[in-house]
Amino acid sequence: MTEKPQENSLWMSGNEAIALGAFEAGVGVASGYPGTPSTEILENLVHYPEVYTEWAPNEKVGLEVAIGASFVGARALATMKHVGLNVAADPLFTAAYTGGKGGLVVLVADDPDMHSSQNEQDSRNYALAAKIPMLEPSDPAEAKEFIKQAFELSEQLDTPVIVKITTRIAHVKGVVFKGERYQPQEQPAIEKHPEKFVMLPAMARRRRVFVEERMNRCTELAEELQCNVIEEGDRSRGFITSGVSYLYVKEAFPDAAILKLGMCWPLPEQKIRKFAESVDTLYVVEELDPFLETQLKALGIDCHGKDLIPSIGELNTAIVRDNIDPSQKKQDLFEPVELPMRPPNMCAGCPHRGIFFNLSRMKVFVSGDIGCYTLGFLPPLNAMDSTVCMGASIPMAHGMEKALGDDAHNKIVSIIGDSTFVHSGITGLINSVYNGSASTLIILDNRITAMTGQQPNPASGNTIKGEAAQSLDLEALCRAAGVKHVQVVNPHEVPECRKIIREEVERDEMSVIISQAPCVLLPEMKLRKPVSYFTNIDNCVGCTSCIRLGCPAISWNPFKEGEAEERGYKKSQKGFSQIDEVLCNDCGQCASLCKFNAITRGEG
Amino acid sequence: MSDLTNILFSGVGGQGILLASELTATGLLASGFDVKKSEVHGMAQRGGSVTAQLRYGKKVYSPLIEPGGADVQMAFEMMEAVRYLPYLHKDSTVIVNTQHILPPSVATGQALYPENVLDELIKRDIKVIAVDAFTIAKEAGEVRTANVALVGALSVYLPVEEDVLTDIIERRVPERFRKENLAAFAAGREAATQS
Repeated sequence: MTEKPQENSLWMSGNEAIALGAFEAGVGVASGYPGTPSTEILENLVHYPEVYTEWAPNEKVGLEVAIGASFVGARALATMKHVGLNVAADPLFTAAYTGGKGGLVVLVADDPDMHSSQNEQDSRNYALAAKIPMLEPSDPAEAKEFIKQAFELSEQLDTPVIVKITTRIAHVKGVVFKGERYQPQEQPAIEKHPEKFVMLPAMARRRRVFVEERMNRCTELAEELQCNVIEEGDRSRGFITSGVSYLYVKEAFPDAAILKLGMCWPLPEQKIRKFAESVDTLYVVEELDPFLETQLKALGIDCHGKDLIPSIGELNTAIVRDNIDPSQKKQDLFEPVELPMRPPNMCAGCPHRGIFFNLSRMKVFVSGDIGCYTLGFLPPLNAMDSTVCMGASIPMAHGMEKALGDDAHNKIVSIIGDSTFVHSGITGLINSVYNGSASTLIILDNRITAMTGQQPNPASGNTIKGEAAQSLDLEALCRAAGVKHVQVVNPHEVPECRKIIREEVERDEMSVIISQAPCVLLPEMKLRKPVSYFTNIDNCVGCTSCIRLGCPAISWNPFKEGEAEERGYKKSQKGFSQIDEVLCNDCGQCASLCKFNAITRGEG
Repeated sequence: MSDLTNILFSGVGGQGILLASELTATGLLASGFDVKKSEVHGMAQRGGSVTAQLRYGKKVYSPLIEPGGADVQMAFEMMEAVRYLPYLHKDSTVIVNTQHILPPSVATGQALYPENVLDELIKRDIKVIAVDAFTIAKEAGEVRTANVALVGALSVYLPVEEDVLTDIIERRVPERFRKENLAAFAAGREAATQS
C-alpha cells in the first residue's frame, strides 16, 4: 500500500522498503522462509517481476539458494527471522569464507520483546562469530538505502553482508524515497573457482587467512563509511548507538552529541575513540545484548551501558530517558486497570481446534511445535505441554520415550503443522522410525503456513507467485520414511477423530495421523457460500460440550436467578450456548459434539 | 516531544484497525506532516488485543508512543479503550466504538465483561467520545464500514481537511462499496461533532 505525498516519496513499511531496496540493488534471486517480522519482504519482492523470488522450505535452504545464485554472479538475498538464522548458521559460517561473485546479503529480523517469537536473540553476535560485516538501519528509509549499500560492500570486499532489522523497523511505516534500479554489468554465468568455492581443508585454510585480512580492510573502511556518522551536539552527554535505539536517543536527548553506527560490525575503532574522548560522559544505548558496550570496554573505553539500559525486551524513548536522566521522568502516569485478558485464539472454524479438544480429553503429554497451533496451549484447551523450536516436537517425544522406557507407552503424542514438518520435522520422523519409536505423531495439515499470514509451502500446491506447483504427498512421505501406520482424518469430525487418536496412541509402533482440512483464512475458503451453524436454544441443556471447544463464535449465556424455570428449562440448568452466525465458519465441530440436537447447519 | 501528536489505535484483531490507521496516516501525509506508524503482526492478529501507534509532526524519530503520551486514542471496542490506560494522560481524548467483543474467558463463562467499563476513563476526567459505529455502518448499508465510520469520528480531531480524507477513501476502498464507505465516514464525523 503506497501513497505519494511528495515527489519520489513513498509511504512504506520497513519490509516494503527492503523489498524496494533489493529491487533497486538489482537483486536477481531472493529466497527465504516466512517468519515474523521478516515475512512481508519476500511477499512484496514477488511483485517485482525482474526478481526471481521464492519460498524455501527452511532458512538453511533459502540461504543456500542465495549462495548458489551469488556463485554464478547474480545479486542474491536471503531473508529470515532471528531464530531462522540459527537454522541457516551452517551455510552462513562457511559462506563467510567463500564470499560470492554477485553480492550476497542476508536479511535477519530480530524480535525484541518476543511479540511473535519463542525467544529473544541478538543477531549481532552472529556477525562477530561468523566474521561477516553487519549493517543496522534505524527506520524504513534507511533500511532501503542500507540494503543497496550492503550489496556494494559485499561485492567490494568479497563477503556476505548481514542487514539486521527489528520488529520496530519491519512493521513501522514511514516516508521512503524511490531510486533507480542498478543494472549489473555482467549476466550470471558459470565460472569455476575451486580455490574459493570448494571448502576442503586445504582451500579453507587459505580462505581463513583471507577472512581475517578482509575484516581488517572492512574495519578500515568502517572509519570512512557515511553510515557511521557523528551528529554534533552538546558534549556533556555523548551517545553511541545503532538501529532503532538511535531514534529513542534522538527523541530523549535531542541536543546531545551522537555517534550513530550504521555498521555495527566491524567497528570503526578510531572514530569511536575520538568521539569517546570528546564527550564528558559516554553512554551506549542498544537493545538486548551489550554488544557495542563489550567491544568498547575491550578497547579500554569507559562508558555507561547495561548498568542503566535494560538488556531484556525492546527499548522506547521513556526507558532511555528515564534511566539516563531520572529527573526527566514523567510523573502521575495512570496505572493499568484489571480487565479480562484478550489473548490471541485459533479462528472460528480452525481445523486444529478439534484435534486439541480431543488431546485435552486424553491423559497424554503433547510435545508441540511452532505455528498457529501453539495456541492449543491456551485455555480452555490447554493441550500443549512443550514447545521449543521448529521441528522439535518429534525428536523431543522420542527422547522422552527413550528416557521413560516402558512407562512412555501411550502417554506421548507429538504434534506439528504441515509447514513446520517440511521445515525441519522430516528428519526427526526419520530418526524416530530408525530408532524404534512407538509414539504417535499428528501432522496438522492445513495446506498453508498460516501463522505468518498464509504463505504457500511445498505441501500447498502453489508458489509464492500463486503458480501451480508439485504438492508434497505427506502420507507417501511418512510411509517412505518407514511408518507403517498412517491414517488421514477429518479434524472436524471430533468424536471420530478421538477414536482414531486413541487407537494409534495405544499401538506399540510408530504411527502418524494426518489431520487434513484447509485453513479457514485461505482465499478459497473465504469465497465459500456463507453457511453457518446455529443453536436450537430450546434443545440446549447447557452441558457446555461445545463451549469447551473455545471457539470464538460460541458464547455462554448464563441464566439469572430463576430464569431457567421462567424460560421453561430445568431448574438446575445454568445457561445456554449460542453461536454467532456471522463469526461461524461452518466447520461443524460443535455439532459433532452436541448430543442433544441443539446445533444445526443452515443457510443464513 | 511537544510538537508531535500521538494517536493510539486499539481494538481486536480483525476489526479493520490497520486500514483505519492507514487512511489516517495518508491524510496526515497529504497535509504536509511527517508521519510514522508502528504495528505488530503475527500472534496479535488471531482475535487478540491489537494496537497501532501513529505519530505525526514536523519530524518524527521514534515510532513508539511512550506511556502517558497518547493525545488521542481511537478504540474499536469498549474494553480495549481502557486496557491501554497507562498510555493516556489527563488531557487525552478517547473516541470509542460502543461495541462489546467477548474475550475467550468471558465467552466461556469463566469471567464477566466489566460493566460500565468506560467509567474508568470518565472518573479520571479523560474526555470520552462514544460512537456507535456498528449502527452507523449498518445504516450506511454495509456493516464492514464501521472502521471508516470511526475514521470519520477521528477526523474531527485531525488537522486534515475533510475532502482530503474523502479523496483518500475514494481511492482506497473497493469501488462497489465506495458509496457506503463515504456515507459511513460522513455519519461518523457527524456523530463525533455532536458529542
